[in-house]
Formats: sequence, structure tokens, C-alpha cells
Amino acid sequence: MSGYLSIRNLTVRLKGGAMILRDVSLTVRAGQVHGLVGESGAGKSMIGKAVLGTLPRALEVVSGQIILDGTDLQTLDPKERRRRIGASAALIPQDPLTALNPSKRIGPQITRRLVDILGWPKIAAEARALELLEEVHIPDPARVMRSYPHELSGGMRQRILIASAFAAEPKLIIADEPTTALDVTVQKQILRLISEMQSRHDTALLFVTHDLGVVSKVCDTLSVLYAGKVVEEANMHRFFMRPIHPYSAALLAATPTYTDPTGSLTPVPQTVIDGVEREVAEHDMRAAP
Amino acid sequence: MRDARGEVKRPIGLRLWLSGGWLALLVLAALCAPLIAPNDPLMQDLFLGRMPPFWMDGAEPGFWLGTDSLGRDVLSRILYGARLALIVALVAGTLTCLVGATLGLIAGYYRGWPDRIISRFVDIWMAFPPVLFAILLIAVLGPGLMSIIIAIVVIDWTRFARVIRAEAMTQGAMDYVASAQVAGRTRFGTMLTEILPNVLPTIVALLTLEMGVAVIVEAILSFVNLSISTDSPTWGGMIAEGRTSVHQAWWVLVFPLITLFLTVLSFSQLGEGLKDRFDPVLR
Amino acid sequence: MMYEVRDLRLSFPDMAHKPLIGAAPRLEVLKGLSFDVPKGAVLGIVGGSGSGKSTLGRAMLRLLEPTGGTISFDGTDITHMGEDQLRGMRKRFQMIFQDPMSSLNPRRRVGGIIAGPLRLQGLDGLTGRVDEALDMVGLPRGFAQRYPHELSGGQRQRVGIARAIALRPDFILADEIVSGLDVSSQAQVLNLLGELVRDLGLTLAFISHDLSVIRRLCDRVLVLHHGEVVEEGATAALFDAPQAAYTRELLGAIPLPDPHQTWG
Repeated sequence: MSGYLSIRNLTVRLKGGAMILRDVSLTVRAGQVHGLVGESGAGKSMIGKAVLGTLPRALEVVSGQIILDGTDLQTLDPKERRRRIGASAALIPQDPLTALNPSKRIGPQITRRLVDILGWPKIAAEARALELLEEVHIPDPARVMRSYPHELSGGMRQRILIASAFAAEPKLIIADEPTTALDVTVQKQILRLISEMQSRHDTALLFVTHDLGVVSKVCDTLSVLYAGKVVEEANMHRFFMRPIHPYSAALLAATPTYTDPTGSLTPVPQTVIDGVEREVAEHDMRAAP
Repeated sequence: MRDARGEVKRPIGLRLWLSGGWLALLVLAALCAPLIAPNDPLMQDLFLGRMPPFWMDGAEPGFWLGTDSLGRDVLSRILYGARLALIVALVAGTLTCLVGATLGLIAGYYRGWPDRIISRFVDIWMAFPPVLFAILLIAVLGPGLMSIIIAIVVIDWTRFARVIRAEAMTQGAMDYVASAQVAGRTRFGTMLTEILPNVLPTIVALLTLEMGVAVIVEAILSFVNLSISTDSPTWGGMIAEGRTSVHQAWWVLVFPLITLFLTVLSFSQLGEGLKDRFDPVLR
Repeated sequence: MMYEVRDLRLSFPDMAHKPLIGAAPRLEVLKGLSFDVPKGAVLGIVGGSGSGKSTLGRAMLRLLEPTGGTISFDGTDITHMGEDQLRGMRKRFQMIFQDPMSSLNPRRRVGGIIAGPLRLQGLDGLTGRVDEALDMVGLPRGFAQRYPHELSGGQRQRVGIARAIALRPDFILADEIVSGLDVSSQAQVLNLLGELVRDLGLTLAFISHDLSVIRRLCDRVLVLHHGEVVEEGATAALFDAPQAAYTRELLGAIPLPDPHQTWG
């Protein structure tokens, strides 16, 4: 069964230089949450950027397909690709402080996409924005619509970004470390909100995070990345019960867990790093012409 | 495999070479002006007035870039003008930098009342229109090289003070400054050993930029006839004179203008290039 | 006692709400904290953003001057001690910073960074001491010639630790030192710090927002919320039976890597 988003053998590299993504394949189905886990530099954010067409200019897609709702995005001309992505996908960014324009009121920032890109009438867009703010449990939404970003707390801003991601009823949402900048207590509320919105709207969600604890709370399936290569793809429950790849198991053992102070926080053994480095090198050997 | 960093570096290198080369040429010309100038820059000969540059019909041999309406050799005047331009650039630029950067560093790092006083001064200073301010100063001090230099320092120290203050504030908030304090360094010592090296690239960039600005200001003052006495040639003075006869002898205006333009551009490009060179993270 | 802190208060002028004429209102960051740090203890200081935990750390090292209360370090009142007197004591309390990139001067080589405090305290045999410090944090001696930006995050944080322990202080404050690291280097840095504290007989205050990390490393915990101590106690007791509502909320919010956790 194919999903709403299918990535097949995606390879991305620095123009004329290092590999960033190595043959990445994954599938996200409607109504499901797929986690992308890895340490910094593993390329997990780059997958989301490749899908949304926002890869840094220095990077290029070498090969592979990104199939969104049955169409390979790579075969479309840039204008049509942007239109399609704009209409069917959205992003929940990492940093709620910089993702909102500080000199504009909240209301227009939510409605802009609806009016400019999707051609909604302004009144309908505003009504929709109010409804969404209510949906993400923001008290007094009419007042918040008229507020500037600096008047709101970090958690509140992240709620607004979630509301605006869901505004145009996208079929796919990419959440890039959406709670990393927040306190744990706020993180809990935001994660619950994302799950609630995702299941109500039956959205396919690609959830990028470095935190295995967060994955276990929101994801149905996940891919573990190392150096741009998927080392394990798994169902969430199976993964936490029985991680198959030694690197996944080591990552899990290194994650701090207050209920298991002596068992957790085990450094990733050098043999595991060597092993996964060897796999990457072997992959590159095969891929080289 | 090609090195990604090498590719980034090449344009910086070219920029440094071109701007540094032009300025080196200028310094050489200024130093050796009496040796290499084909003619006496002050010698007038009304029979040789408005001779065109060498490639045009009616050019006089030995006057490569033509002559002005009084028959003075344009090339020789540009070469001698470089002396004054470079002295002003070097002395005025350095003094401006010393005054402005010191005040900026103190304001940005110490904050508190020194910052309040210096910042207030900068605000008030910047409210004066700079060129009018300069003309007023020269009028009070009387024309002359010293006056020009003093005028430039007095007007432009705020440029350094503002930028360096902001830089020093950013650096001052960094943890390595706190860690120097934890290690037991004095406030003043921290400023010199931790903050200063990190704002140095900006100071260097501003300094070379300021040298270009000094050349321009000198030219402007010469243009409005408030510079050095008329017997030493200046680019600004040449431009002012050339303006009156541009329809009959464009070269009198255009050559000093090009020289001025290239010099100011070279100063600013040299600054940018050096800034990148100085940065260990980019290097 | 290494530290005795009594009714510690600290406030800043709130420039955002300064009236046109007159003094700015004060923003209370620490609202009367009292606690002790026994010699040889590893104290965890936990709280969310805005709890005042970093401000408390900087006040304990007298990078900030308190506006009220007292701080005494090993029996000496340092609350309002002048910069000159403090300089003599500084080698006894050191700090490891959150962001190794911003706490290591980018224009210095690692060797110079570690030697800096040693030189200031007038110690000799610098090269030997730098090598020894690098050995202790498990970095090759050749790293002395490198610049911070050439190192990985975990290696930079080891340099930060080396700089702090090179002076052989009695007390070290570690401010969120693993929050910017990946889990694999996080575990290594924490293990290293734990071993060093044990081997050198250090007293450590470990500021973190992550209770899981605190649980692993610390034997006492101080929970801060809005500039006040809401709970203090031995680690095991506090985790098994948290008394304050805020502590319970904090514990309940941690997402454990376990799909069966009841997380509400």
C-alpha cells in the first residue's frame, strides 16, 4: 500500500561535495505520524526540506523520487511543484520566536496563505483563522488575532504556528523539532495538541526530532537516520520493545530516563559507531559509478 | 575531490589582490611623484591649454592624459594629488579609528554610565549634517591639512563608536567573557584580551572604509574650495575645475574622478577582504 | 558547608517598562532563596525557563551581585565582595558554561584557553598542566593546537571541563552543559563529569532543565520555580515521592522513551 507521501531512494549531496542523504526511502500514510530520528548532522531536517522544496541552495537532489499524492514532484516544473506543495503540505517550524514576523499582527499572518496562495475571500479566511485559534485552545482568539507576536508566550506562539499549519487543510504536515525550544510542561501540551489536530484532520505527519521520548508519545512509525542513511525503519511499539539495528539500540540506551538512572545514559559504544560507519562506506562504494 | 572551502575563498582572494594592487600602485605613485611625474604639476602654459589625452587628435607628446584650461598636466596633477589624498586617508582614518573605536569599546563593554554618556554624545553628534558641519569647522579652523584631518575625525568618530559599541555588546554577552572573569581577569584586562581581538576584524574593515571616506571628504572640501591652499593639486580641486570646462575638455574632470572612484572602492573592498582573512572561523 | 545561601534576592531594572521620567521598576528574578551545599555534594538545580536557575548560578560565582540576602563560600561572606578580593578566591570556584561555542574564545587555541586561567592565577609549568587537564577529560594532547571551531560539540564541552578543573578548584558550577549535545556525547560528558567529581573530591552544582539527567548525576536536588525554591531534598526521595505540585507536574511532563508510560 502506498502512502500519501512516498520518498524513494532520495539522494542529496552538497554540490560537488559530501553526501547529505543516502538512498532514503520512507512512506507516510494519511492519518499516520512518521518520526524521523537521528543525531545532529544525520540529515533528518533535510528530508523535510527536500519535500517542501526548501533545500539550501548549496544542496542538490542527485536522484530519487518524492511522490506526493501519487505525483512525482521531481517531474513537475518548478512553478507547478510550488503550487502543489503550497496547496497540500505545510510546516510546523522549530523556533516559535523567529517563525512569526515580529512587525505584523497575528491575524494576517495566519490568513495570508489562505488569501494569497489559495485565493480565499478575506472574510472567509478570517473566520477560518478564528475557528482554528479556538481549535488550538487559545483563549480570546479575537484579541490574539489583533496581537503582535512579542505580546504572546512561546507556547502560545507555537499554538498559533500549529493553527496556521492546519489552516488550509493540508494533507501532509512536516513538523521540524516543534517542541525543542519549549519547557517540558509546555512541550507536553503542544505534543498533545499536535496529536489531537493530526488525528482530527486525518493528516499525514512527518515528525522530525532528536528525542526518542517524544517519538514514543506521538509517532506510529519511525526511521532512524545516521549520516543521511536510514539504518532502521520500524513500527513504534516494536522499535521500543526490540530495536533491531545496534545503532538504534545504542541510541535508546543513551537516552536519559529518570525511572532508570543506572540503565540509561550509556554512551554509544565505539564498536557500534564503527559498524554503522562501515555500512555507510559500503553503501557509498556501491553507489559510486 | 574539490575542496568546498577553496571555492568560497577564490573571490575573496581576487578582491584583495585587485584592491590591494591599486592602492599599492597609488602609494608608489605618491612616494615617487617627483621622479615619475612627466611634468611640473603647477606649471601653467596657456598655449598648451586643454590638450586632449594621448590617443586623440591634437594630443601633445608628454602630456599623456591631456592638460587643463591653464595648460597644467593632468597626469602629473593626479600623481601629486595622490600624496595629499593618501596622507589624509592614513592620518585621518587612523585617528578617527582610535578615537571612535576606543569610545565604542568602553561604551559597549562597560555599559552603565560610561555608555550613557558616550551614546548620548553620539546621538547628538549624528544630528548635525556632516558636510555642513565640516564646512563650518574648516571655516572656524581655517583651511589647511591639519584642519581637514581634524574635521574628519570630529565628524566621523561616531561611525566607529556606534558599530564597535554594538559589536562589543554582543561579544560582552558571550560566555567566554564571563569565563575570563571566572578565571580572575580584571574588567580592563578582559576588554583588551577577550573583546578587542574579536572586534578587531570589524575595526579593520571600518578603518579601511574610513580611509575611503576621508579621501571623499577631502575631495568634497577641495571641491567647495575649503581645502589646502590652491597651489598643491588635489583630486577634489581638479574635479571642481574640470566641471567648468566639461564640454570642451572632459578629461580634466573624468580622470581624477575615475582615480577617486577606484581609490574609494579599493579601500572598501580591501576592508571586506581583510575582515574575512582575519576571521579564524572563515579562514 | 561549601555554600550557605540565605534569603538570596536579585533584581534587575526592567527597561521595557521604564517610565519616561524616573527609575525603571525592578524585575525580581530571585525572590529570597535559602539552601546549603555540603562539601562533596553534587547538587542538581532544576527549573523551567524563567525559573532563575542560571541567575542563581551566576550569583553564586559572583558574576552578578545580589540585591539582598547573603552567600557564603566555605565560611567567607562573598555577597558584596569587591572585584579585587574576589580575584584571589576565583580559582576556588569555577564554572562550565552551557554553550561551549560561545564560552571558548574563537580566536584562541585550545591550549591557550585552558592555560588562560592558570596564567592569571600565577601558576607555572603551564604546558604540563594543560596536558594533564587534556588527559583528564580524555582528549589527545595534540588538541592544544586546535581552534574551538575545529572540534565537535562534545569535544568543545570537554575543553570547557578541562579549563575548569585545570585550576583544581573546590567547587564547580555546571550550567546546562549537556543541553546542546546529542544523546551519545551527552552520556559521555556526564559520565566524565561524574568520574572527575569523584576522583578530585569536587563539590558540584549542576544546573539543568532535564530531570532525567539530574537523577543520574546528582545526590541532592533543588527545584526552582519563578525565582523561589519549591522543593529540596535527596535525589531518590524527591523522585520517589515528590512533595510540591510543581515537581510532580515537571516529572509528569517528561516524555520517557517508552510507549507504555502513562503520560496523560
